[in-house]
Amino acid sequence: MKRLLTTALILLPLAAHAVTPGEMLADPALEARARAITGELRCLVCQNQSIDDSDAALAKDLRMLVREKLKEGLGDEQVRDYVHARYGDFVLLRPPLNPGTLLLWAAPALALLAGGLALWSASRRNRQTLATAPLTAEEQARLEALTRRAE
Amino acid sequence: MIVETGHYALVLALALALMQCAVPFAGARIHDAALMRVAQPAAIAQFLFIALAYGALTYAHVVSDFSLVNVIENSHSLKPFIYKISGVWGNHEGSMLLWVLVLSLCGALIALFSASIPDRLRADALAVQGLIGAAFLLFILLTSNPFARMTPAPWEGRDLNPILQDPGLAIHPPLLYLGYVGFSIVFSFAAAALIGGRIDAAWARVVRPWTLFAWIALTLGIAMGSYWAYYTLGWGGFWFWDPVENASLMPWLAGTALLHSAAVMEKREALKVWTIFLSILAFSLSLLGTFLVRSGVLTSVHAFASDPERGVFILVILVFFIGGALTLFAFRAGSLPTGGLFAPISREGALVVNNLLLSASCATVVIGTLYPLALEALTGEKISVGAPFFNTVLIPIALPLAVLMPIGQMLPWKRGDLVAALQRLRAAFAIGVLAAAGLAAYFGTPALSIVTAGVAVYLIVGGVSDIAQRMTLRTTSIWSRLRGAPLSAWGASIAHAGMGLTLLGLAAAGWGSETIVAMKPQQSYDVGPYQLAITAITPRNGPNYSEIYAAMDVQKGGATLARIEPAKRFYPARKMARSEAGIVTLGLGQIYAAIGDAHPDGSVDARLYYKPLVTLIWIGALVMAFGGACSLADRRLRIGVARRAAPAALPEAAK
Repeated sequence: MKRLLTTALILLPLAAHAVTPGEMLADPALEARARAITGELRCLVCQNQSIDDSDAALAKDLRMLVREKLKEGLGDEQVRDYVHARYGDFVLLRPPLNPGTLLLWAAPALALLAGGLALWSASRRNRQTLATAPLTAEEQARLEALTRRAE
Repeated sequence: MIVETGHYALVLALALALMQCAVPFAGARIHDAALMRVAQPAAIAQFLFIALAYGALTYAHVVSDFSLVNVIENSHSLKPFIYKISGVWGNHEGSMLLWVLVLSLCGALIALFSASIPDRLRADALAVQGLIGAAFLLFILLTSNPFARMTPAPWEGRDLNPILQDPGLAIHPPLLYLGYVGFSIVFSFAAAALIGGRIDAAWARVVRPWTLFAWIALTLGIAMGSYWAYYTLGWGGFWFWDPVENASLMPWLAGTALLHSAAVMEKREALKVWTIFLSILAFSLSLLGTFLVRSGVLTSVHAFASDPERGVFILVILVFFIGGALTLFAFRAGSLPTGGLFAPISREGALVVNNLLLSASCATVVIGTLYPLALEALTGEKISVGAPFFNTVLIPIALPLAVLMPIGQMLPWKRGDLVAALQRLRAAFAIGVLAAAGLAAYFGTPALSIVTAGVAVYLIVGGVSDIAQRMTLRTTSIWSRLRGAPLSAWGASIAHAGMGLTLLGLAAAGWGSETIVAMKPQQSYDVGPYQLAITAITPRNGPNYSEIYAAMDVQKGGATLARIEPAKRFYPARKMARSEAGIVTLGLGQIYAAIGDAHPDGSVDARLYYKPLVTLIWIGALVMAFGGACSLADRRLRIGVARRAAPAALPEAAK
C-alpha cells in the first residue's frame, strides 16, 4: 500500500517544474540556444511565466516546437519569428518595437529627458534669481553702512 | 460571540476614523486646541479597535471556527499552528484587515511620537490618516467582510493554498505592509503641510525618520519576498518582474528617492516642492500596488484572492486620494518658497541626479507594468512586458546610478570639487577595476556580470572608504573619531555598501551552473565545484500533506559536506502539489536542488543548481536595512534638533 502511494505520488504532475531532462536536446550548444529563446517566450495560459519556467502542457508543447525548429536548422531569429507569427505579440516577453510599443520603449529615455529638461530650466531660473535680484534701497543702505564700518 | 465582537469593533473603528478625520481638521481651521487634541486619542483608539477585530479573526482561525466563510476557505483543522496565524492574512479579506491594522498602527505611532511637532501639522496629518483609514474600513465592511458566517457550518475547511503554507507568509506580508502603508505617514504629513501652507526644514526633519522606517520595512519585505520566491518556486529565480513585484518596487524606488531628497531639504531647505511631490508619490504608488494586487486586473502569481468588483471600489479610493493630493499639490506648490541654492557639483547636485535616475527607473517600472493594460484598453492589442524588457531598459540606468553613489557621498554640501571627490575614491576605483579584470581573466564571460561585479566592488569599497577616511582625518582617539562621524553618515555608507553586496550577488548569477538531469540513485553528478548524489528516495507524512523526498549528499573531493532533502509535497485538502527545494549554503553560495517526476527505471528528474555568492543578494538587503536603521538611530533625527558642532572643534577655529 505504501509503495503504491509512493508511486502515485511520484507520478503526479508537479507545479513549477519546467524543462525536463527528456525534452532536452543532445547537442549542448543547440540546447543553450533553445533555453535562451524559450526564456523570452510567454506561457500563454500561465500567470506571467516564461515557457522555460512553466510546467503547463502548452508550455511544454511550445518548448518542443522551439527545439524541433532549431533541429531543422532555423536560426534563433527565425524560430522567434515563427512562434511570433503563430501566437502574436502576446507571446513575446520582450515586446516588439512597433507603433503601439514605441512609447513603452521610449519611456525611460523620455523620463530622463523630461527630468533633465526640468532640472536645466530650474537651474537657469535659480541662476537668474541669483544674478538679477536687485537689492532693495534699504538693503543697499545697510550694505553701504557695513562696508563703511569695515573700512 | 467573539467573532461578532470583532465585526462590531471594526464598525466602531470606522466611526472613530471618521471622527479622527473631521474633528481635528475642523479644530485646525478654527484654531481650537481642544478639538485638535482629539486626534491623538482617536488614532490610538482606532488602532486598538482594529487590533481587537484582527484578534477576533485570528482567534476564529486558531480554533478552526468553520462557521466563518473566511476560515472555511483558508484553513483546515490539521493545518500547523503557525499557518493558522499567518493564514489570517493569506487571503483577500484578512490581508485587507492587516492593511488597515498597519494603517491605524501608523496613525497611533504619529499620535504617540510627535510631541515636538506643531499642533496644527499633527492635527491635519492625523485627519488625513483618519480619512484614509475610513475609506479602507468602509471598503472592508462593504465588500470584503472577513466576519461573514455560513450556515450550516461544514465539518472541515478547504485549507490554505499550499504555496502560502510557508514561514515566508509569516514574515513577508507584514513587513511589506509596514513599508507600503508606512508611507501613508509621509503622505499624511505632506497633505497636512500643503493644507497648512508651511513647509520648511523642520517638516523634513519630522518626515525623514518615518520615511526611513517605511523604507527599511519595505526593503526587508521585498528581500524576504524575493528569497521566498527563490526557495519555493523550484527553479531558483529570485525576481521575475511580475506585476505584483513591480508594485512593491515602485514605492521602493520612489521612497529611496524621497529619502535622499528629504535629506537635502532638511540640511539645505532646497528641493521642497519636489520632496512634497515624492511624499505623495510614494504612498500613491503603494495604493496603486494595492489596487493592482487586489483587483485582479493583472495576471500574476499573487492573484490568489482577487475580485474585479472590489477593484472598482479600490480604484475609487485610489483616484480620490491620489487625485485629491495632486490637486492640493497643484494649487499650493506654486506658492511654496524655494529654498537654498547650490552649485551643480555639490552633495545637493549629486542627490538631484540620484533623484533623476531613481525617478526615471520608477517611471519605467510604472509604465512597463501598466502599458499592457492601457494598450489593450485602447487598441485591443495584447502584449507582454516581461523580464527581458525591464532588464534591457533598467540596467543602463541602474549601473550609472551605482557608479555615482559613492561620488555623491564624497561631495560636500553647497559647492564641491569633483576632482577632489574622485581622488578620495582612487582606491575604490582601482580595486573595482582590478576585480573586474581578475574576473574577466578567470571567467571570460558574461560581460554584464563582470562589469556589474566591478561596479559592485567599487561601490562596497567606496562606501567603506568614506567612513575609513573620516576615521583617519582630524581628531585624535579612535573613540572620538568613531563618534565624530554622525550615525547618518555611517548609515549612508553601510546602506550603499549593502547595495554593492546585492549587486555582487546579482552579478554572480552569471557564473552559476544549472544541471537538468534524470538522476540515478547512488550516481554522483557535478554541480559547480561540488558533486550531488541521491542516497534514498523515501515517502514521508507531514501534518496536512504527504511527500516524497530525495536524500542527497553534497560532496566535494569525496567528503560529504551536507545533506539536502528536496521533496515533492501533496496537499490532499486542495489536491495540490508543490515542490520543496533542497538548499544548502556553502560559504556565500548555495547548492539548490529540486526534484520532479520519477521514472520506472528508478531515476528521478532533477534540477541542480550551483549559485555562487547568491546569498549576497539578500545579505545586501539586510545590510541596506541596517544602514537605514543606523540613520534612524541618529540622535539628530530622534530629537529633531540639529546637533551642535563638537566643542573640540572650537579652539581650533579660534586659532
